[in-house]
Amino acid sequence: MTDHTTLSHLELETPEKPFLDANELVINMGPQHPATHGVLRVILRLDGEKVLGLECVIGYLHRGVEKIGEHRTYTMFNPYVDRMDYVAAVSNGLGYCETVEKLLNVEAPPRAQHVRVILTELNRIASHQLWLGTHALDIGAITPLFYTFRDREEILKIYEKYCGARLTTHAFRIGGLQYETYNGFEREVNNFLTFFRPKIDEYEELLTTNRIWVERTKNVGRISAEDCIALGVSGPVLRASGVKWDLRKAQPYANYKNFEFDIPIGENGDTYDRYLVRMAEMRQSVRIIEQAVAALPEGPIIAKVPKVMKPPAGEVYHSIEAPKGELGYFIVSDGSTQPYRVRVRPPSFVNLQALDLMCRGQLVADVIAVIGTLDIVLGEVDR
Amino acid sequence: MIAKLKGSYGSGLEAVTYLGQNYMVVDRSMIPEILYVLRNEEQFDYCVDITAVHYPQREKQFDLIWVLYSYARNERIRVKTQIADGDSPASSVPIWAAANWLEREVFDMFGIKFEGHPDMKRILLPEGWKGHPLRKDYGILQQDNEWVQINMGIESGQ
Repeated sequence: MTDHTTLSHLELETPEKPFLDANELVINMGPQHPATHGVLRVILRLDGEKVLGLECVIGYLHRGVEKIGEHRTYTMFNPYVDRMDYVAAVSNGLGYCETVEKLLNVEAPPRAQHVRVILTELNRIASHQLWLGTHALDIGAITPLFYTFRDREEILKIYEKYCGARLTTHAFRIGGLQYETYNGFEREVNNFLTFFRPKIDEYEELLTTNRIWVERTKNVGRISAEDCIALGVSGPVLRASGVKWDLRKAQPYANYKNFEFDIPIGENGDTYDRYLVRMAEMRQSVRIIEQAVAALPEGPIIAKVPKVMKPPAGEVYHSIEAPKGELGYFIVSDGSTQPYRVRVRPPSFVNLQALDLMCRGQLVADVIAVIGTLDIVLGEVDR
Repeated sequence: MIAKLKGSYGSGLEAVTYLGQNYMVVDRSMIPEILYVLRNEEQFDYCVDITAVHYPQREKQFDLIWVLYSYARNERIRVKTQIADGDSPASSVPIWAAANWLEREVFDMFGIKFEGHPDMKRILLPEGWKGHPLRKDYGILQQDNEWVQINMGIESGQ
């Protein structure tokens, strides 16, 4: 009898109301997810496996860097900026030091500028290596991770010998450098370049024509040049969509105007093109470092800067081409020893905004590929 | 360009150059129009950053700043205006899509609401947090203790 009632009950309900009548499914990804490159939480709206839209929830790594800046002197704040994009700490330091130098109206001497370019470009390579290794790992290729980390180690060794730190280097000082290069610095950098050039080919051999890699990246996460510009996207993501824009060329800082290099661009603005652009950028960085080492001038390494820095009241915005895109600092000075306001314009934060657009219509697995290809660092997104 | 803008907008617009960088100080009432003109007539198509600075002693407590860049002219400009606490300037999301998260961050950190923003809520701090940390009257050790106790089950985050 019980069976009978249950059955008729079922029969009554089934035809009108299907078991799963919603064709929209909301699921949560992260923040503790190995493929989100840190603590990124994404709320996905799905139709089956197709992404209808998503929302990023960020801030899990928020440390209030900008607030800390207002409570430290200009010199004391310098090491803090390394903790934002911690895989490109040298670039962060360069941006900050140059901005404060602008406020103080001093310029680093030529030797310091050259060393800065060498270390920053090495950092670009290191950052792209980390991106490549983890991005490939997310998509399912394990080998590149071991290759890139093995080779990245050589760059970290140079940093370690130069300033004693490998990751958060605090390599530069306001006005120039604190340390003279160590004995054999040029030789070791050159050795690294000789060692590294064939390694890029090695990475490319693993991936560029690899059927699985191409299938997983071609036409995935496409974004047009117009959308990039509207969303304020910068860096390799913008260039892969065909916009030939690089701050090192457009508004040269440090002494980039002395070096010859090209701006690699893509056509389709998909994950594969962004991969190609970053690979080409590593080669260009090698070119820049080569020229900078060959022309390394003698001379002082730090300009005359006061021990107690009190930039005249005023404000300045300065930005550099960090490995992830335009990294800007907006500093307001009130004439005291501490900045009145430090604003960091992080490339990852602004680029991450494009994730929603890039993932629409794609599959869930592609979301992972797109997060990887955006090359975000959550330390910088959340600050 | 600035001369042309000054010609059409007159006294509400002041052009300043400091350390070789151009910015203009614009009257609050003209902001939406100036931003629109910069985007659509002067080709400032890249909204680099939107941020604010707090001056608690002033009557109009906040400086609101737009950092803009034009790919066509390879030129950067900043637009600056003063607004009072509680004032809601118009959102520039219709002009630049990039403004979405940038304005949310300004709201999160300073409590400035943007009128017409599609999703005006906190971005870095959790929903329900009290206070806006980049205001000058928010102490560096200060936090929303109640939120921390309820949501994290600890006495204090310090």
